[in-house]
Amino acid sequence: MDLTNYKFSKDHEWVKIEDDIASVGVSDYAQKEMGDVVFIELPEKGSSFVKGDACSNIESVKAVNDIFSPLSGEVVDVNTTLEDTPENVNKDPYRSGWIYKIKFSDPAELTDLLDANQYEEYLKGI
Amino acid sequence: MNKLPELIFNISRKGKTGVSVSLNQFPDELIAINKKKLRNGIEDFPSLSEVETVRHFSNLARLNHSVDNGFYPLGSCTMKYNPKVNEKIAGIDNLSAHPYSPVDLVQGNLRIIKELEEWLIELTGMDSFTLTPSAGAHGEFTGMMIIRKYLTSLGDPRKIVLIPDSAHGTNPASAHFAGYDIREIPSNDEGIIDLEELKKHLDEDVAALMMTNPNTLGIFEKNIVEISKALHDNGSMLYMDGANMNAFLGIVRPGEIGADVIHLNLHKTFSTPHGGGGPGSGPIGVSKELSKFLPVPRITSEGGKLKVKYFTEEGIGRIKNYYGNFLVMVRALAYLMALGKENVSLVAEDAVLNANYIRKELEGHLDLPYKGKTLHEVVFSDSGLKVKTLDIAKRLLDYNIHPFTVYFPLIIHGAMMIEPTETESKETLDNFISVMKTILKEAEENPEYLKNSPHNTPVSRLDEVYAARKLILRWEKSEV
Amino acid sequence: MRYFPLTDPEREEMKKVIGINDIKELFSDIPKGKSYFPLDNIPSMLHEDELIEKFMKYGEENEFHKYKSFLGGGAYNHFIPEAVKSLSMKGDFLTPYTPYQPEVSQGSLQAMFEYQTMMSMLTGMDISNSSLYDGGTAAAEGVLLMVRKSRKKKILAASNIHPEYLEIINSYIQNLDIVIELVDFDETSGKVDLADLRSKTGDDIGGLVFQSPNFFGVLEETDQITEIAHNSGSIVTQIVTEAFSLPFISSPGSNGVDIVVGEAQSFGLPLSYGGPFLGFISTRKEYVRQIPGRLVGETIDTNGKRGYVLTLSTREQHIKREKATSNICSNQAWCALRASIYLTILGEKGLNDISRSNHLNTAYFVKQLSGMDHVEVKFKEDFFNEVVVDLKNIDIDQFMNKLKAKGILPGIPLNWFFKEFKNHILVNFTEMHKKADIDNFVNAIGELK
Repeated sequence: MDLTNYKFSKDHEWVKIEDDIASVGVSDYAQKEMGDVVFIELPEKGSSFVKGDACSNIESVKAVNDIFSPLSGEVVDVNTTLEDTPENVNKDPYRSGWIYKIKFSDPAELTDLLDANQYEEYLKGI
Repeated sequence: MNKLPELIFNISRKGKTGVSVSLNQFPDELIAINKKKLRNGIEDFPSLSEVETVRHFSNLARLNHSVDNGFYPLGSCTMKYNPKVNEKIAGIDNLSAHPYSPVDLVQGNLRIIKELEEWLIELTGMDSFTLTPSAGAHGEFTGMMIIRKYLTSLGDPRKIVLIPDSAHGTNPASAHFAGYDIREIPSNDEGIIDLEELKKHLDEDVAALMMTNPNTLGIFEKNIVEISKALHDNGSMLYMDGANMNAFLGIVRPGEIGADVIHLNLHKTFSTPHGGGGPGSGPIGVSKELSKFLPVPRITSEGGKLKVKYFTEEGIGRIKNYYGNFLVMVRALAYLMALGKENVSLVAEDAVLNANYIRKELEGHLDLPYKGKTLHEVVFSDSGLKVKTLDIAKRLLDYNIHPFTVYFPLIIHGAMMIEPTETESKETLDNFISVMKTILKEAEENPEYLKNSPHNTPVSRLDEVYAARKLILRWEKSEV
Repeated sequence: MRYFPLTDPEREEMKKVIGINDIKELFSDIPKGKSYFPLDNIPSMLHEDELIEKFMKYGEENEFHKYKSFLGGGAYNHFIPEAVKSLSMKGDFLTPYTPYQPEVSQGSLQAMFEYQTMMSMLTGMDISNSSLYDGGTAAAEGVLLMVRKSRKKKILAASNIHPEYLEIINSYIQNLDIVIELVDFDETSGKVDLADLRSKTGDDIGGLVFQSPNFFGVLEETDQITEIAHNSGSIVTQIVTEAFSLPFISSPGSNGVDIVVGEAQSFGLPLSYGGPFLGFISTRKEYVRQIPGRLVGETIDTNGKRGYVLTLSTREQHIKREKATSNICSNQAWCALRASIYLTILGEKGLNDISRSNHLNTAYFVKQLSGMDHVEVKFKEDFFNEVVVDLKNIDIDQFMNKLKAKGILPGIPLNWFFKEFKNHILVNFTEMHKKADIDNFVNAIGELK
């Protein structure tokens, strides 16, 4: 799929920007590494995070992985459909598998993120 | 057709019961409880007759693999035969006292506890024991609290516990609940703790090293004496996880190779049955300087009579109700008495002989990442195979063999950890070896067949993802 | 020796295959001088008949069985049907390990699933785990669960919970930066002092742990306790040490309790000198990811058939290591299996009848004592199957000795645990006490006037 509008953190989260709101999810690579997702602990709407904070976690049968917020800001929406269909993170990580939306406070932080090509290069080095 | 019996809730008929006990006939007017506190029935609770209950659980029992019905080489779990006589002994009515019975009326029970302590002291070379912890992990937690209390008495509890990357998951969890941060240290190429690597981590923050010996690869930590010295020079303690004590019972005393604290698993080395996951018993042995920090109760001897101390000034306090899993202790003592000095070393000798025999016979057929001398268990990897460890494990079920421990230790890719124990005959080992060779051949020729195994079990491969997503943790009345 | 199936010729053959001459070669990694220690201090082996005789002698050295006991305090003597004993002793229940391979463990797993369901029904909660070590450690796990869930490190504990449980809680938290503050009990009713509870609740409190029936055998005002605690945002954990109270008394869940922990020894386990017993924890569905210990869940196999597996193991130590909800690994699975059989065979009717009879036996004793003025039942209302008897001017040691001389173990002296109760004993009645036993006990007390 076309990932031109997506940016990636080295912790394998993606963000997609619309105005001052960023949707956040995990990359296809991350979902494959985790295996079948069974539960996502969503952050609370209205809570604030600093970039790098563990703000949510994803549970597979084998492990629990923290999601580190790729940007600072306030959570404005969470994907409650994942409560019943956590498998969307596996099946469709970049669309219906989004986890939360954050109103980011520091646009400068975006420059720390990788674009799709850079992320692909980064994965090769892992 | 499902081979599982119906759930009891679906075969229940209100009003049935399987119990008949004579009850005093006192009138309800005596009830001295405010009416609003009383309960009106237990909604949907099952009601079965005696015969239905007996059939239900007999049919369930038949669906289990157990030591009693087949080979069970589950690594690090020491699934040895559980002698039947021990069950008879544990069932002696005159041992089943109330835990608050006056001590002069339970001298026999206190003697059992005391004598088992003495056996364990003799076999481990430790100064003193508590038998109270319920299981290995409970013992670890107790042991780490003892270390913390001891170090605190010297002025500083310190902050960090070192744990090798091959350790059981209980080690870091137990140390954490005793208030410590964990630092993992890598094993070396031989699969053991590297003395020089260890020394790099030793500073004034290090409270202890938790070491399993022999470790989870079945390899003896041959530098243990030097490791213990390095720790002690740094003011740190050596905690020895004795889960694998079956490898040198009656041959090595941990107290003589530098252990300050050790836990044993009566449900492994000392033949008490695992009961499908418990009860266990995880006694803790300590060196002399740590003995006053043991938890209560402590049994003492005064003029031939045994007494109980319920409080000690310096100890870590109470970690479990009453005395511990007493009937597990009874079985363990009976086991040791049956062995006696004539046989106690044979436990480890035969266990190690059996493991090395399997190793030798399978070495050319499976990848063996760590080639050092192994004691009671051997760990292969699935490297180079067309199937995964899990597939081989599941296929073994079709041959009425319980699989080895899978995917542990984590430092081996697709680990297969095989521990035969000393209570298996050569025929059983030969059969296992030949089954393994057959399966490995199947893996080459028809990997798909293995990936879909097991084929002959009461249920086929179960969907763990479904279970974790649906989280059906109890029966619910279906809404029709 | 009969535990070792290898023969000497087989051992020789196997050594040859391995390529050694002497078994000692396999132990050569052990430092010099540290292997093959002398075994002189170890006794000689016993044959099977000698072994049985030896342990029968320990049993005879015990004398407790010559007495009629009224001891309770967290360990209770209930009737156990023979079918429970015989079924639970089946080797296929007794000798497997934890069900890591579910395809060959459906027997244990389904029985645990049934156990989890029955414990949830009895406690009135959504879910139960498959066992903890015992009531005391379950109480400590309940406190740790409240700390995790609330993210607050201060917990209130009623001072009339089982004193050993409080000791265990204090041991468990001693290095975890958690503070326990005690809530008083009312000296007249024996129940939690609600005014004191109200004054101690607040934003900084993560939860409250109390016990009902409490250590004095008295039922608490559970609905009021939960209301007060919930109003200040605290989680509530109820301890139950006598599980046989559950069928007769309104359930913890119906009174708003969030977590129920306790001891289920009463469900089919003999007194066993205090162990193995059966710890349990039941709670709300939304707490499931925070609870300690193993859980069995229903699933399907590749053919879509019903089956059971251990689930949510991501909470546990073997995956989460130091971040796990608890370090527990081996638990009391067989004890839970036994409880499962016991609860099934009794059924709703058996449980209700026996539970009611426990209370009535106790109430009969209280009534018989009410005519005496040299002793007095301390808390006369809302007891279940235990009461405190105030011996007033009778010296407790003399009392104990005189009843012992009549073949009676009258109860637990409360001065073991509570300084303020110098001359008081805690007395328990179950269905094992027949009317004649109670009458004898009452007469023996009457004679001490």
